[in-house]
Amino acid sequence: MSGGGRVVRYVFRERVLHALTALSYVYLLLTGLAFWTPGLYWVAAVLGGGYLTRLLHPWVGLVFSGVLLWMFLTWRRDMRITPEDRAWRRAMRHYIRNEDAQVPPAARFNFGQKQLFWLMVIGGLALLLSGLVLWFVASIPWQLRILRDAAILVHVVAALATIGGFIIHLYMGLAVVPEGLHAIVHGDVSEEWARHHHALWLERGQPARVPPATMPATKNDATSRG
Amino acid sequence: MPTSTLELLRISATTAPAPGVRVVPTITKLVDTTTCIGCKACEVACQEWNDLPPETTVQMGTYQTLPDMTANVWNLIRFREHEDNGALSWLMRKDQCMHCADPGCLAACPAPGAIVQYTNGIVDFQQDQCIGCGYCMTGCPFDVPKFHPKTRRVYKCTMCVDRVSVGLQPACVKACPTSCLQFGTKDAMLEIANARVAQLHANGITHAAVYDPQGVGGTSVVTVLAHGDRPELYGLPRDPTIPVAVRVWKGPLKWIGNLAMVGGLLGVLVHYVRFGRKDHQQSVAGDQSKQ
Repeated sequence: MSGGGRVVRYVFRERVLHALTALSYVYLLLTGLAFWTPGLYWVAAVLGGGYLTRLLHPWVGLVFSGVLLWMFLTWRRDMRITPEDRAWRRAMRHYIRNEDAQVPPAARFNFGQKQLFWLMVIGGLALLLSGLVLWFVASIPWQLRILRDAAILVHVVAALATIGGFIIHLYMGLAVVPEGLHAIVHGDVSEEWARHHHALWLERGQPARVPPATMPATKNDATSRG
Repeated sequence: MPTSTLELLRISATTAPAPGVRVVPTITKLVDTTTCIGCKACEVACQEWNDLPPETTVQMGTYQTLPDMTANVWNLIRFREHEDNGALSWLMRKDQCMHCADPGCLAACPAPGAIVQYTNGIVDFQQDQCIGCGYCMTGCPFDVPKFHPKTRRVYKCTMCVDRVSVGLQPACVKACPTSCLQFGTKDAMLEIANARVAQLHANGITHAAVYDPQGVGGTSVVTVLAHGDRPELYGLPRDPTIPVAVRVWKGPLKWIGNLAMVGGLLGVLVHYVRFGRKDHQQSVAGDQSKQ
C-alpha cells in the first residue's frame, strides 16, 4: 500500500447534515443555558433578547429533531453496536491515554462515536418530547400537571447528558484527533489516518478514493494538520 | 409598579441579592367565604380598575362567570354546589393570585426581573421582562398565572399594587358590599379571620377554619372556609407547596448540572495537558512493528 492516497470518509450529504445538527445544537445549547442560569442570561441578550430567544428555541428544536432523524436514518447501520465494540470498550482506557497501538481496530465508527450517536438520538428524543410539553404548557390541563413537572426534569437531565457528550465530541474532534475537523468539513482523510483510526472500515468498507489531482490544496492542508 | 426599589424583597432569575431594605408590614386580603353573596362586584371592579378588556362570559349552568381565570380576568368567583346529608350549600371562593410568601412562580422564572416580590408581600409580574416560557405556570401550586396567546406573556392579579402603594385598598375590596373582603396588615387580618372562625364554631359550623397554607410560607390572601377541613370542596389544594420537580430543578439539580459542566470542561483541559493530541504516525509505526 502506498499510504499516500486519500479516501472519502463523509459524502457531501453527511457533511451537510452534520453541519445542520451542529449549528442547531449549538444554538439550542447556548439559548438553553441562558434559561438554565441567570448568570448566562446575557447569552439570550446577545442572541436577540430573552423574548425572541424563547420564541425561536422551540422552532430550532424542531429543526434539530428533524436533522437528527435524518442523521439517524443515515448512520444507524454504521452505528449498530457489534461484538467488535466490546473489545474496543475494554481497551478504551488505552484509547483515552493515546496508547492507540493497544486499541483493537474499529469499523467506520468506533465504540465511543457510537455511544455519542445513541446518546444524542435518545437524548434528542427525550428533549423533543419534554420540549413539546414545555412549549405548549398552557395547553396541558391542570389535572395532568405531572406532565409539566416531568417535562422540566426530563428536559434538564437529557440536556445535561447531551452536553457531556458534546463537550467530549467537540474536544476530540478539534483537539485530540488529527484531521477530525478536516474530515467532517471537507469529507476526505488520508489512507494512513483511516488505517490508524478505522482499519476495519478501510478494509471492508472500501471507501472511494480521492483522485490526487482533484484536491491538491486540501491535501496539503490536511497533511499540515496531521 | 414598584414605588421604590427599596421595597424589592425578591427578584426572579437574579445573581445578586434584592435591594429591599425598607421594613413595611405584610399586607393581606381577607376573604370570608361565609359572607360572600356571589355578586361579582369584585370581578367587575378588578376588570375596571385594571382596565382589562372584557371576556365573553360562559354559561356554565352555575353562577360562575367563566370556567377559569384568563390573561384578562384575574379575579374569578368560583361557585360549587355541595350537598351534605341532604343539606345543600353554595360554596363560593375568590380565585386569584394568593401572593405566596414563598412564590413558586418566582422560583421557576428564568427571566431576570419578570417576577418580583415586594417587602409588603405582593408578588407582581413585570410583563415587559416576561419571555413567555410558562415556567411560572408550572411553579404555581394554585394554577393562577395565565398565558396570553397574542402577547405571549403571562398575567395575574397584582393585588392592585398601584393602589396599595399609595395607601388605597385593592379595587375588589373597595367594591365588596358585604365586607366579605377586607384588607390590612397580615396580623390584623388573621385576628379578624380567627375571631370569625370562633364565631362560626359557636354557631355550630364546627369545621370552619382559616386557609393560610404554610407549605408556601403562608399567603397574602387569607380565606375563611366554612368547610375548612376540606379545602378541596372549594377547589383549593389541601397542602400546597412549590412542586417537587421545581424545587429539585432549581436546587440540587442546578448545582449538580453546573458542577458537571464545569467538571467536563476541566476534565478535557486536564486530558489535553496530560495526553494531548493523538499522533497516528507514531502508532502506525507501532502497528507495523507488531506485525
